[in-house]
Amino acid sequence: MVDATLRSPAIPAVASPRKAKSSLRRAMGRKSTIAFLMALPLILLITVLVLYPALYSLYLATLNKGMTRFVGFGNFQFLFKRETFWMVVQQSCIFAITAVIFKAIIGFIIAHLVHNIPDKGQRKWRGMLLVPWVIPPAMSCLAWLWLFDPSYSAFNWLLSFINVGPIPWTGDAYWARFSVILVNVWIGSPFFMIMYLAALKSVPEQLYEAAAIDGANWWQRMWYVTLPMMRNIIAITALFSLIVTFANFDIVQILTDGGPIDKTHVFATWAFRVGIRSVDIPQGAAVSLFMVPILAVAAVIILRDITKRGNEA
Amino acid sequence: MTATSASADLALPRNPKHGSMSRDRAWALRWSYVFLILFVIFFLLPPVYMLITSLKTSQEISAATNPWWVFRPTLDNYIELLSSPMYLTFFRNSALVSVFVVIITMLIAIPAAFALSRMKFWGSATLATGVFLTYLIPDTLLFLPLFKMFAIFNELTGIQLINKWYVLLIVYPTLTVPFCTWIMIGYFASIPKELDEAALIDGASYFQTLTKIFVPVALPGIIAATIFAFTVSWAQFLYPLAFTTSTDQLVLPVGIITTLIKGDVFNWGQIMTGALLGAAPPLIIYAFLMDYYIAGLTAGATKG
Repeated sequence: MVDATLRSPAIPAVASPRKAKSSLRRAMGRKSTIAFLMALPLILLITVLVLYPALYSLYLATLNKGMTRFVGFGNFQFLFKRETFWMVVQQSCIFAITAVIFKAIIGFIIAHLVHNIPDKGQRKWRGMLLVPWVIPPAMSCLAWLWLFDPSYSAFNWLLSFINVGPIPWTGDAYWARFSVILVNVWIGSPFFMIMYLAALKSVPEQLYEAAAIDGANWWQRMWYVTLPMMRNIIAITALFSLIVTFANFDIVQILTDGGPIDKTHVFATWAFRVGIRSVDIPQGAAVSLFMVPILAVAAVIILRDITKRGNEA
Repeated sequence: MTATSASADLALPRNPKHGSMSRDRAWALRWSYVFLILFVIFFLLPPVYMLITSLKTSQEISAATNPWWVFRPTLDNYIELLSSPMYLTFFRNSALVSVFVVIITMLIAIPAAFALSRMKFWGSATLATGVFLTYLIPDTLLFLPLFKMFAIFNELTGIQLINKWYVLLIVYPTLTVPFCTWIMIGYFASIPKELDEAALIDGASYFQTLTKIFVPVALPGIIAATIFAFTVSWAQFLYPLAFTTSTDQLVLPVGIITTLIKGDVFNWGQIMTGALLGAAPPLIIYAFLMDYYIAGLTAGATKG
């Protein structure tokens, strides 16, 4: 009762433990209310505009085209029977996995190249190498589309001097698949480069000195020092990129619009084609839901890493 | 020869005694530069080609001469686009959307990050992780349900959101807020506890602690988050493509793609000019605030 008159909610720690007990609790109560109110816009945003739509798309996927009738798994059954769907599954996986592997390799190589040169010049090179990541993808895809133009391709003009081509960059199914992956690698490698460069810089110099004294060659230093030290960043960056690449929309939409004959469609572009262009929202939602399993797996792995690091700290 | 030894000394001031080793390193350095130049050419090729094409007349483009050279440079494309009311509308819409989204994002993310990093409440730890997971839910999964939700909202309230540029103010924060909150939590967590305890003891309210202590101290983080929010809103393509169709409501990326490409006629000079001008704001920000940009980029995966 005495401490009810004690109005010192802000400094619970300095009061004597016995007396402070209930005022502390009250202070905590008030503090947590304020904290909750401060986080409320965030909670509302996430609930109303992310979680609810995510669950809502599950519900939408069980409706018929006019969204008047419940059809259960009808949309999915219909998808499984369509050849295009399996093509999209295949192409999404090829697109995401190939692109991430190449982005990781190129990013790793460039990070080493930048790390090799004197510190003074690194900033300048890093600045130039990050440009593809900074340009909005929709804009750079237009430039690529123009570079790939069937009749005025600037690449084919160059290749004609060594008697190659003309290459149908976006006209032929296999070349179109190659082109969308190439553009994705172009846009994404700088991100890997920056992450791997940061990781390389965090490897203590002493480890390399110790390895050099033990007579390790370049390859051994790479295998026994650099890679183990970078393992975490390599994995997390690749997972992040896998999620983003798997859900990618801009590149395929602008470069090929899914063509030729739906050969380059990924989940995102096909969901857009079905859901918005053909105004079949339930079917489109069903298509986009197929992105969830891989996202969930990646999310669980990343989450495990975060909680692990949180415990270490 | 002198050049070789000079660059070797420059690279390795540490062990000048071992001649063979520093010569090896000098070669490694030289090869590094060669490959870096090759990669830079590959990375800068599309933007440079944008610039080349934007300086050409359509006659020169269709003449099928050397595409990598401008024979008669002209600024006509720039003049034409910058005096076209339609293109200026796209630019205005993009600028409005991006600026408002940055403001909304900061108003939501900064208090939330403060609450989550400093003041515990029931479920706050779960929420912090949830914020991060939200960042992993892609726009390509949400655009269809959101589209339907806005349609139902229109039926219920009579307020039309679809095909209005301000619908983007509602959906873009879903892309920017989780990541910005996440990196702000990281920055706030790195501020020593003594600092805000001292402020509280001096009688500052939580709001004052936030605005007088946290915001100034975490300013680099706030700048990084602002840049992130701006570039994401400027570059977003799927939401405006799905939610807006009238020419006066379009933002830049969608506007260029849907209006400058007329049927099968591609006016490439203008398209490249439009794309280059559209890429300019993020590039300019990046040129001046590169370190903040990179800090924001690496914060997502290294902090936490």
